[in-house]
Amino acid sequence: MADLTTEFLGIKSPNPFWLASAPPTDKEYNVRRAFEAGWGGVVWKTLGSEGPPVVNVNGPRYGAIWGADRRLLGLNNIELITDRSLETNLEEITRVKKDYPDRAVIVSIMVPCEEQAWKDILPRVEATGADGIELNFGCPHGMAERGMGSAVGQVPEYIQMVTEWCKQYYSKPVIVKLTPNITDIRYPARAAKTGGADAVSLINTINSITSVNLDSMAPEPTIGGKGTHGGYCGPAVKPIALNMVAEIARCPQTHGMPISAIGGVTTWKDAAEFIAMGAGNVQVCTAAMTYGFKVVQEMITGLSAWMDEKGHSSIQDFMGSAVPNVTDWQYLDLNYVTKAKISQDDCIKCGRCFAACEDTSHQAIEMSEDRVFTVKDDECVACNLCVNVCPIEGCITMEEVPAGEIDLRTGEVVSADHGDWTTHPNNPSVTAAE
Amino acid sequence: MAQGHQASGIQAGRLAASDIAENFADLHPAYETHEAMVAADRCYFCHDAPCMTACPTSIDIPQFIREIQGGHPESAARTILDQNILGGMCARVCPTETLCEQVCVREVAEGKPVEIGRLQRYATDALMACGVHPFDRAEPTGKRIAVVGAGPAGLSAAHRLAMLGHDVELFEGQPKAGGLNEFGIAAYKSTNDFAAAEVDWLLQIGGITVTYGKTLGGDLNLEQLKSDYDAVFLSIGLGGVNALRAEGEDLAGVADAVDFIAKLRQSDDLSTLPVGRDVVVIGGGMTAVDAAVQSKLLGAENVTIAYRRDQSAMGASRFEQDLAATKGVKLMFNVMPKAVLGTNSAEEVELERTEIKEGRVTGTGETLRLKADQVFKAIGQTLEGQPEAVELSGGKIKVDAQGKTSVSGVWAGGDCASGGEDLTVTAVAEGRDAAMDIHQSLMG
Repeated sequence: MADLTTEFLGIKSPNPFWLASAPPTDKEYNVRRAFEAGWGGVVWKTLGSEGPPVVNVNGPRYGAIWGADRRLLGLNNIELITDRSLETNLEEITRVKKDYPDRAVIVSIMVPCEEQAWKDILPRVEATGADGIELNFGCPHGMAERGMGSAVGQVPEYIQMVTEWCKQYYSKPVIVKLTPNITDIRYPARAAKTGGADAVSLINTINSITSVNLDSMAPEPTIGGKGTHGGYCGPAVKPIALNMVAEIARCPQTHGMPISAIGGVTTWKDAAEFIAMGAGNVQVCTAAMTYGFKVVQEMITGLSAWMDEKGHSSIQDFMGSAVPNVTDWQYLDLNYVTKAKISQDDCIKCGRCFAACEDTSHQAIEMSEDRVFTVKDDECVACNLCVNVCPIEGCITMEEVPAGEIDLRTGEVVSADHGDWTTHPNNPSVTAAE
Repeated sequence: MAQGHQASGIQAGRLAASDIAENFADLHPAYETHEAMVAADRCYFCHDAPCMTACPTSIDIPQFIREIQGGHPESAARTILDQNILGGMCARVCPTETLCEQVCVREVAEGKPVEIGRLQRYATDALMACGVHPFDRAEPTGKRIAVVGAGPAGLSAAHRLAMLGHDVELFEGQPKAGGLNEFGIAAYKSTNDFAAAEVDWLLQIGGITVTYGKTLGGDLNLEQLKSDYDAVFLSIGLGGVNALRAEGEDLAGVADAVDFIAKLRQSDDLSTLPVGRDVVVIGGGMTAVDAAVQSKLLGAENVTIAYRRDQSAMGASRFEQDLAATKGVKLMFNVMPKAVLGTNSAEEVELERTEIKEGRVTGTGETLRLKADQVFKAIGQTLEGQPEAVELSGGKIKVDAQGKTSVSGVWAGGDCASGGEDLTVTAVAEGRDAAMDIHQSLMG
């Protein structure tokens, strides 16, 4: 079996699956259960400054989006940072780390954007023996209104400033957790790097309102007739997270910076994809909150089996392997021509490809009287919509038109050479350059 | 004296009342909301959906399933009832396995269709539970139409005509409306007196007066109806039953399956309903299966369906055959009745093996005997009491595609009329279409 041992910022854990800073890591009780279930590490639920802790609402904290069989696809929360005292948390962290020296214990922190606040808390966190800290610059609700969380994460200068304080007053690794509620994720990532961060973790939750109750006309979750935006997470956000991870991994200024990826990791495959996209490990929350801590066991066996199959002996073997293949649209090969092909043996004749293509795309699928569906190569632009709406996996495939053959849609011979927008005659910039 | 299964002769109370109640529970229980959502999610929303084409009433099935997905089953019901006013009963009794569900692309692909029938029931039950009738009548037309026979075709025609603003006089020979929905069909397909409840709900449209105990050839005659009304719709069903034409047919213990089923449907206490220990049902259609299965569920020890052709020719669908087999009914093929034997009442049935020669059933000369203290005849029904004036075709009232008979001003539909299978859903379609044609011809 492949070795899943991971070393992230020099912090060892038996596998790359950490629990993200969130309700599952709020207490010693939960964290011990998580470690017993097999989690490689935890990022302890965010600590605030000394003094009276924050208070949470006493109504619902979560909202959700479900599939038909009530499979939870997206979760939204309005919970704040830990509402237990700093002292209690620090004592618990100390005990847990002592009992589980082989697991990663990272402490998430969010205190006001003042040097003294950080100077006060960091030595106390260091004294717990925890392996590192994560700066919560991502939380989009509640704390942001008080000038913390995503209010910091949305201002690169603040990120850099606070990161510098942390590197100054804390000796172990500093991870900066980024908010996705920003136009270009590379700016805060660069600021973290400039500030001296050892790594970034992303994404935190996305501003969201999951639904509106059409009887009370209030957003859900509703507390006393009112609602507020929360942070969205779970399987639904994975594509957004994957893109942001890729952006940081391929940006020349941040390339190579360790990334702890977060966002909808539900099975081993999600984790493998994030690691291939440059992450050094992954953090999980919603899957655990949906299914309990045992869910990590499939992640471990699945990732390990896949690595064996591919001949990878460690995470390092495929980490970042997909990054070089992420490019800008302008560099995509316009001479790569494909056509959809419907396997008549697999087709169940539902006609969804036809409806999709005829109504919303390129009228490139023909339907016969007896419901035989075929692709018109002279109309097919290879958009792939039919593949995506077909209920039978593998029934419709995209077949490459080899170089030298004629693309029946354009009437032109397919070129063997790479040709992209940067050199295309329709590109005004190319014309201008001539 | 032996009790239960082993009691000889035709006896009541072969099983405890609680067992009988369990046996006659809903064959396909109603969906809970969550089940319905999961079942609805399996629908692919096919383009030009095959299920819709296969439905004799052309219900827009993808549309109503999508309405269930959207959480508004009452709209789904409206989509169903627009096309088929007896959508609630059809959801229960349609042989969906040979109609919509047979052609469902998921049946073709994986042998597991979207459960359209049960979804239809979910939707129609939801609407009926609201206690409202979703259709309004158009402005009165002043036209009066006689509908003879309050079975599915008659009810369908009457409702559509009333909706279009006509006044309908609905005549029924039985003391209750519903036709085979009420008197035929296995009890486990229409529980909780659903047929009667559906009729009450349907009549809420208004404009329909029901007169019971009147039959054509009895108190009614076509000439009078024609002169009293602007149009006449005949939906008199098939009142006669084919004879065995076998020796011993008159012995006690030999009965018509349809009478047994009707008695069963009307019984208030099934534990008082007598059934034989060894029951033989002659026939191969739905009636044969309904009679056989229900005999078994009442506690008959041995129940055999004896059918003269092979399995593939059986009128009952494969699903119905499997249901019968699951309930412990023995299916015999290629046998025809020669005689019912017994001193005072039926004791045995003598069957002859058959083969098909040039499409015709022919005896091979080889015979066998089955113990039988009760024999049910389920070899088809025949038209009875039809007016002489109307032309027949294949033993039924001849109609065109719109339901017009050979007599001007007279339409017909349902089992009594030519064209279409003898199914509730077909009868509903014929009643509806004839009503539209009547409306067209009266209003121009």
